[in-house]
Amino acid sequence: MSAQDQMIHREKSLLQRIAGGSWLVSVLAILVSLIVGGILIAVTNEDFQEAATYFFARPGTALGAGWTAATEAYLALFQGAIVSPDSGFLPLTETLTNATPLIMAGLGVALAFRAGMFNIGAQGQITVGAIFGAYAGFAWHLPLGLHLLVVILMSVLGGALWGGIVGWLKATTGAHEVILTIMLNYVAIKLLDWILNTPAFLRPGETNPISPIVDKSADYPVIIPGTRLHLGFIVAILLVLLVWWILNRSTLGFTLRAVGENPAAAATAGMSVKRATFLAMAIAGGLGGFAASAQISGTEHVLANGAAGSIGFDAITVALLGRSTPWGTFFAGLLFGAFRAGATNMQISTGTPIDIVLVVQSLIVLFIAAPPLVRTMFGLNRLAKGPKPKAPKPTTHVAEVPAAPATVGAHAAKGAGTVPDAADAPTAVDSPSAVDAGPSTAKHAADPEPPTPPGEAGPTAPETTEGGSK
Amino acid sequence: MKNSRRVMAAAAVLGAGALALASCGAAPEESGKSGDAAAKDFLGCIVSDSGGFDDQSFNQSSYEGLKKAEHDFGIKVKQAESKANSDFSTNLNGMVSAKCDLTFSVGFLLADATKAAATANPDVNFAIVDDSSITLPNVKSLTYDTSQAAYLAGYVAAAQSKTGTVATFGGMKIPTVTIFMEGFAEGVAKYNTDKGKTVKLLGWDSAKQDGTFTGDFEKQDKGKTVTQNFLDQGADVVMPVAGPVGKGAAAAVKETKAGGKDVALVWVDSDGYESASQYKDLMLTSVVKAMGTSVEDVTKEAKDGKFDGKAYVGTLANGGVSIAPFHDFDSKVSAETKSEVDALKQQIIDGKIKVEAKK
Repeated sequence: MSAQDQMIHREKSLLQRIAGGSWLVSVLAILVSLIVGGILIAVTNEDFQEAATYFFARPGTALGAGWTAATEAYLALFQGAIVSPDSGFLPLTETLTNATPLIMAGLGVALAFRAGMFNIGAQGQITVGAIFGAYAGFAWHLPLGLHLLVVILMSVLGGALWGGIVGWLKATTGAHEVILTIMLNYVAIKLLDWILNTPAFLRPGETNPISPIVDKSADYPVIIPGTRLHLGFIVAILLVLLVWWILNRSTLGFTLRAVGENPAAAATAGMSVKRATFLAMAIAGGLGGFAASAQISGTEHVLANGAAGSIGFDAITVALLGRSTPWGTFFAGLLFGAFRAGATNMQISTGTPIDIVLVVQSLIVLFIAAPPLVRTMFGLNRLAKGPKPKAPKPTTHVAEVPAAPATVGAHAAKGAGTVPDAADAPTAVDSPSAVDAGPSTAKHAADPEPPTPPGEAGPTAPETTEGGSK
Repeated sequence: MKNSRRVMAAAAVLGAGALALASCGAAPEESGKSGDAAAKDFLGCIVSDSGGFDDQSFNQSSYEGLKKAEHDFGIKVKQAESKANSDFSTNLNGMVSAKCDLTFSVGFLLADATKAAATANPDVNFAIVDDSSITLPNVKSLTYDTSQAAYLAGYVAAAQSKTGTVATFGGMKIPTVTIFMEGFAEGVAKYNTDKGKTVKLLGWDSAKQDGTFTGDFEKQDKGKTVTQNFLDQGADVVMPVAGPVGKGAAAAVKETKAGGKDVALVWVDSDGYESASQYKDLMLTSVVKAMGTSVEDVTKEAKDGKFDGKAYVGTLANGGVSIAPFHDFDSKVSAETKSEVDALKQQIIDGKIKVEAKK
C-alpha cells in the first residue's frame, strides 16, 4: 500500500514538474528544437552531402548549402503556415483548420492532467467519437443545423463513453489510467477496422473500407469561403473558455484540481475522488469527441482508417507544451497547427521530408519534459539565483503538500462558488491552487516552510493524512 | 525573481523573433531561383497515403515509377507524403498550386480528395492508383487485376506442395489484398480439378470470401506468428499479401527451412527475389503488380501530350500483372508444370478462363 502510494506520489511530482514548467522553458524548447531541426534539414540536404565530401577543402560551400537548405525549408514552412506572396493569408486559415482538432483534443488531455491523470487515450476517444459522429452524419438525414448538432453530440457522446470507461474503471477498481487508455486505444482502432468491414458503414455495393460521405448538412459551415476554415474553430475557442471556466471558476473544476493535487487531502475534505476521476475522464473524452467532430464534419467528411490521424498523440504534446492550461493549450495547438500546415508546403516546395517536422515536435516534448536540460543549456540556473536564494529544488514540491489538506478543507467548507484563483491572488501564499501559478508561486509557498530533506522523507506526510481519512 | 524571469522570457521571445525575421530576410532570392528552374519542364507529382513512400508497397512502387520517369525523361518531380487523411486534399491542392502537370494519388483513400481537386481544376491532370471509382476526363485510374497472376501462382504452389497444403494471409481485409488471395485460391482449385488432387488452402475461404488477416501492414512479428501456425499445420508454400509484414512470414519460413523442411514463399507486388533479396532462396515465385511501370508509362503519355481519362487495368495481357521467374526454384519446378502455367496464362489472356475475383 505504502509502496503504491509512493509510486503515485512520485508520478504526480513528475506530472507537476511538467505541467508547472515555466513559459520560458516552453519558448526555449521550441527554439532549440527548431535549431536542431534546421541542422537536420541541412545535414540531410543533397547539396550539403555533396559539398560535405570536400568539407575540409572548402567548408564554405557545404555550410552555405546547409544554410540555404535550412532557411529555404523554414521559409517554406512559414509561408505554408502564415502568409505567402502567392496566396496571401490563405495558409493562416489552414493553420487554424489544422489547429482546431488539436486544441479540442489537447484540452481533453490538459483537463485530465489537472485532475492528476495521464490521458494517453485521446486517440481512442477521437476514434470512437468519429465512429459515432460519422454514422450520424451519413446514415441519418436531418435538417440543416440540427444535423450538425446531432453529429457533434454523437461524437462527444462516443468520446465521453470511451473516456468514461477509463474513469469508471480507475475509480471502481483502481486500475491505472495509463494502461487503460493505451489498451483502449488499441481496442478503438481495431473496432474501427471491424466496423469498416461492416456493410452498414460502407458505400453501397463497395467493399473498400471507407464510409459514405457525410451529408452536407452535417458539415461545419465554412467561415471564410474558398478556405477550409470552418465553424469548428470557433467551437474550439468556446471550449477553451468553457474549460477555463470549469477549471478556475466552477466547483467541479476546484474538485478536479484538488484531487489532482492530492487525492488523499481531497478525500479528507469530503470530496468524492471517485466521482472526480470518472467525471474528469468523461469530460476529457468528450473533448476528444469534439476533436472527432472537427475531423468528420470539418475536414475529412468520411470515416476511414486513420480517422484520428495522429491528433490523439499530438494532443498530449500540445497539452504539455501548453502547461495544461486552457489558453496555453490553445496557443500550443495553434503552433502545432502551423507546423502541420507549413510542413505540407515545405515538402512540396523544397522537398524537405515532412518527418523533419515530426522530429521538431518530438524534440519539443523532450525538452519540455526535461526542463533542467533547457535551463542548463541557457545558463538559467545561474541567472535565476540572482536576487534571492531559494530552497533546493526537490524540497519545493514536497513542502507544499502538507499545506494542502487544511486549505482544501477551508475552501470546500466555504463553498467553491467563490474560490479565489491563486494566480489572481498571489497573496494567498498557502493556497492549494499553486498549480495555477507556476513554479515561482509554488516556491514562494515553499520558502516559509522549514527545510525538508529532499527525497523519500516527503511522502510520509500524505501517508498520515490518508490514514486519517480511512 | 518573477520580474527577472519575465525579462528573460521577453528577451528570448525577442531573440526568437529576430531569428525568424533574419531567416525571412535572407531567403526570397533563393526561392525565386529554384522556382524559375522548376517551371521549365513537365512537372510530375505524387501524393502518398499515410503509408509514406517507404512503405515497401504501393506508395513506394508508384513513387519509384515516377522517379524512374524523372531519370529517363528528365521531367521534374515533386512528392508529398500524407501523415493523416485530412492531409490528402491539402497535399493535392498544394500540387495544383505548385503547377503540377500530372499528379498521382496513391490509394483508394485519396479518391474523394482527388475527385474534388480534379473537379475544381478541370485543366489539371490526375491519376489515381488502386481505385477506379472516378470517371472524369482529367483523371486516369490505374487498377490491377492481380487475381490473374495470383491464379498462376496458386497453380504452381499447389503443384509444388509435397504436403498437399498451401497457405495465404492478408494484411487487412480490403479488396486490393483479397483479390490476390481469391486468385491464389482459384489457382489451387484449378490444379485440384485438373489433376484430381486435394491440395488444401489455409487462410482463405473462397466461398465465404473471408480468411486470415494480421490486421495491419506493419507488425512483422504477427506475420511470423501466423505463418508459423500455417507451417505447423503442414503448409509448405505460403503467400503473404501484407506488404512489409511479408518479411515476418519470410523469417518464419526461413527458420522452418533451416530446420530441414522443404518450404517456400510466394511474394507479392514486386519480384521478391530482388526486392526482399535476403530471402531470395525461399522465393518460389512472385505475383508482380507492375505499378511502377504503369506510373512511368502514364507519365510518359502525359508528357507527350497523350494523356486520357481512360481507366487502365493491369492484366496478364498488357503486362500490368505477371508472375515472376522461378529463379532458384527453376530446376525444381517440373517442365510439365511450367508448360501448364504458360497454357493457363494464354487461356486467361484469351478470356477462356475467367478469374472471378471480386474487385
